[in-house]
Amino acid sequence: MADVHLPRSLVALFPGAPRRLAATGATVAEVIADLDAQVPGIRNRLLDAGPVIRTHINVFVAGERATLTTPVPSDAVVHVVPAVSGG
Amino acid sequence: MAKRVALLVGTRKGLFVLDGDADRDDWAVRGPMCEGWPIHDAILDPASGAIFAGGGSNWYGPAVWRSDDLGGTWTHSSEGLTYGDDGEKIATIWSLATGPGDAMYAGVEPAGLFRSADRGATWAHVEGLTKHPSRPEWQPGNGGLILHSIVPSPTDAERVWVGISSVGAFETTDGGSSWETRNVGVRAGFMPEGQQYPDFGQCVHKLVMAADGGEHLYQQNHCGVYRSSDGGRQWEEITAGLPSEFGFPMGAHPRDPKTAWVIPLTSPEDGRLMPEGHAAVWRTHDGGDTWIRSDDGLPTHDAYVGVLREAMAVDRLDPAGVYFGTSTGQLYGSRDEGHTWRLIADNLPAIWSVEAAVVD
Repeated sequence: MADVHLPRSLVALFPGAPRRLAATGATVAEVIADLDAQVPGIRNRLLDAGPVIRTHINVFVAGERATLTTPVPSDAVVHVVPAVSGG
Repeated sequence: MAKRVALLVGTRKGLFVLDGDADRDDWAVRGPMCEGWPIHDAILDPASGAIFAGGGSNWYGPAVWRSDDLGGTWTHSSEGLTYGDDGEKIATIWSLATGPGDAMYAGVEPAGLFRSADRGATWAHVEGLTKHPSRPEWQPGNGGLILHSIVPSPTDAERVWVGISSVGAFETTDGGSSWETRNVGVRAGFMPEGQQYPDFGQCVHKLVMAADGGEHLYQQNHCGVYRSSDGGRQWEEITAGLPSEFGFPMGAHPRDPKTAWVIPLTSPEDGRLMPEGHAAVWRTHDGGDTWIRSDDGLPTHDAYVGVLREAMAVDRLDPAGVYFGTSTGQLYGSRDEGHTWRLIADNLPAIWSVEAAVVD
């Protein structure tokens, strides 16, 4: 099970969702699919048409920036981080 | 219970709800809602009593928000708001509307129309519009290629008009399967001489329906103000008497089909601002034959403000209230159909949209 850390701005969109949860999957795409099963709708917030990870969202697996096909070891720590931008 | 007005104000930094008292005199501001997402349009759905707000986050994409308690709590959905994994990415929602029956519509960027039959929980692409033969030649306006005006017939669920910048107006009479352009008589003054009345390519800024709910439409265009008495098949320019042909919003009276309001702005080359820094709303009582300037209560100097296409609203009380918000965060209102005005709220974020919802 990956240990997934989600940003406050994301979980705020899903009342009751935790900042940190366990998810299964061999790749980032599979982990996000499991996240969506636990928090319905979260996939649409993280992925754009393609599918690809949204332009201003970064996913890190064990500290390395990942794509949807990046492998996720069973004990990996996964961070979802929105880009620092705005005004 | 007495009717009161709740103003739904979409801004660059979230939705705000302004609760009016029974006299439309005092207003209490609530917000920001929708997690501070840019909100381009918000409506009160008469069937469900819910507020729907459409917009998009730079990080998390487009969504339609729903509140069943007038803004206290919110959910959101974008399920089905996609052109498919092989299609263009949808940046944001620009407009929302409800039609007769169970239909709800969302207009998006890049321009397209989506329909929901379950009050915004899931959406389906109205492919007929995207398949219009003109689609490969659609060109964006300064604000992008956006579908911003949705005008469902109040009586015929199969009939809808839309406005797209800078493509023009379209109508479907078969529930969205097929669409026809509705731009005859509308000038595209930015095109070369001899090419200024094309089938499409006009820069419609706002499309509204007159109160009789039939064939009478108005539009504020990049190049003038127009009316149609036949559902947009033929348009007649009614700009004469206004200080500028340019402007974004337009409002129609809830009962009198010949009364409407516009806010003329300086040309794009001159900044799209209130002319001479003197704020004014112009209204007609004869379908656009003549226009009356109204500035009582508005700033008469140094008011270099703009008003965007969705940022004017008319309530359905009697007399009707008229409201507009500026792109610099001021919200003005009139409770006497635009004769006198007052500042309702200052210092809001940049205002994208204003809707006047009548609630019990």
